[in-house]
Amino acid sequence: MSQAASSISTRTIRQSSWWKRHQQKLTPIIFLTPGLLFFVVYVIWPILSSLTISLYQWDGLSPKTFIGLENYIMLFDDEYFYVALWNNVKWLVCFMLAVPVGLGLAIFLNQTIFGIRVVKSLFFFPFVISQVVIGLIFTWFYRPDYGAIAPFLNFIGLEGWSILADEDYATYGIIFAGLYPQIAYCMILYLTGLNNINSDQIEAGRMDGAKSFSLFWNIVLPQLRPATFLAIVVTVIGALRSFDMVAIMTQGGPWGSTNVLAYYMFEQALSEYGYRMGYGSAIAAILFTIMMFYIVFFIYRMYQNEKKGL
Amino acid sequence: MFPTPIQKRPFFNQVSYKILVPFSLAIWLVPLAGIMMTSIRGLGDITAGNLWGTPSEFLFFSNMADVFQNTPMLSYIINSFKITIPTMIGAVALSCMTGFALAAYKFKANLFIFFTFIAGNFVPFQILMIPVRDLTFQMGLYDTITGLVLFHVAFQTGFCTLFMRNFIKALPHELLEAARIDGTSEFNIFLKIVLPLTRPAIAALCVLIFTFIWNDYFWATVLIQGQHAMPVTAGLKSLNGQWISAYHLLSAGSIMAAIPPVMMFFLMQKHFIAGLTLGASKG
Repeated sequence: MSQAASSISTRTIRQSSWWKRHQQKLTPIIFLTPGLLFFVVYVIWPILSSLTISLYQWDGLSPKTFIGLENYIMLFDDEYFYVALWNNVKWLVCFMLAVPVGLGLAIFLNQTIFGIRVVKSLFFFPFVISQVVIGLIFTWFYRPDYGAIAPFLNFIGLEGWSILADEDYATYGIIFAGLYPQIAYCMILYLTGLNNINSDQIEAGRMDGAKSFSLFWNIVLPQLRPATFLAIVVTVIGALRSFDMVAIMTQGGPWGSTNVLAYYMFEQALSEYGYRMGYGSAIAAILFTIMMFYIVFFIYRMYQNEKKGL
Repeated sequence: MFPTPIQKRPFFNQVSYKILVPFSLAIWLVPLAGIMMTSIRGLGDITAGNLWGTPSEFLFFSNMADVFQNTPMLSYIINSFKITIPTMIGAVALSCMTGFALAAYKFKANLFIFFTFIAGNFVPFQILMIPVRDLTFQMGLYDTITGLVLFHVAFQTGFCTLFMRNFIKALPHELLEAARIDGTSEFNIFLKIVLPLTRPAIAALCVLIFTFIWNDYFWATVLIQGQHAMPVTAGLKSLNGQWISAYHLLSAGSIMAAIPPVMMFFLMQKHFIAGLTLGASKG
């Protein structure tokens, strides 16, 4: 590219204006400015600002008071914080189920029979629908009086059991609802991956008499690595972002038992429980730090690919 | 092909596969079938516990009419469009430009800026919440559609830039070089050569952004308070509080809220999936 660029500039240097000589350098700046401006104002600066606010005591209206790390110290004494953090761990671990289940579904559906295209898109369907709608549906399903699973609960002798009111199981009830669209997402990633694998290797493996499982484990799965990587990334982020489902299904209850950091932060900073902006920011900062590990990992991988591409 | 094509399997396996597929699909769609069936019913069926049996009355249209007449559902849906469409246009327009700049030019900060966009795209919303809400307040845009759209455009630009940049990067580079040798200006390279070629990427991004923004709930609760600007997700949640146990209405409302993204998905399926699975087969 630079070669071509220099040949243009030598050819046209005499008759061209200042703009023409510099357009190679200036164009990217002009094209980047509006997008970057928006992004800096609404994303980059707020991150730094939140990290700063976490060092203050602030109700959002009156002047801020600098309290150093006080918010974080309070946080480490706050039992609800640990409940929320532990629930985030549950979300992360259970949400990972979406990856193998999605893979299983993709393998199951990767056939060419009549109508399979429609079947695949119907399997994908839940992902397109808002989590608010999914959350509302499942909340109603779980109702012990006239929820849709009530007849089933009666049948297995758990009459009147309300999973979302049960401190020990409510989080799992929400995660189960959250898995529904997430599995669909992972499935579609794997279907695309399966579509693009090298069939020669598979045929060769079959010729050598490889059993289905060893074929899958040694040949198919390694080729699906990009899909697996992406499925894990979106699932981790989905798990840590789990706000909508909690807000819709339980609002963190019963007694804070289904809180996650994303919701607890919102509750502390913006809800009727008070406007503790500094404290909320400290929770957000913890969540941000956890997420940063994944972001750095993701970017590192992309960086490796970029270097290979050059 | 993996797994072995079913056509090469014994006859018995083929038959059982063809039975198993619709059967598993039926189980998978139970939650959605549940709301469909409930939207048909009357309150009588629901309180009587008749959830999976034949509806005693067919009230689908009257339930829909009930929701439209007695709730602000229509205005919520219109608000959702007013939020979603400008965001879609804004984010795609900005990212065509940033994507082009990052894909077609070499300069020092290139990768750094690119990775900044990617990283920003993954951060938890909560770390942005308080400053963004404050900023929107200060601009006098709190509780307005404009305030919400501006934020959405900015945030989605991160994801869209990642997408656009990779798409343009994959175009044959000789195209740009040839145009430069012909003396085409950089602006015309963008307008006349790159932009027409990115049409599939633009289509994919439009459907994805439409779905993401339509389904957004968090920012709608943070930046919007009143009914006048509330999108359908937040509206449905607030109606849920009023419709205690009126599940036939809740179902009808949920279906309305879901129709636009579902239509978008079925009409633009190819683009939607191409967008979502970007990177699933290589990279």
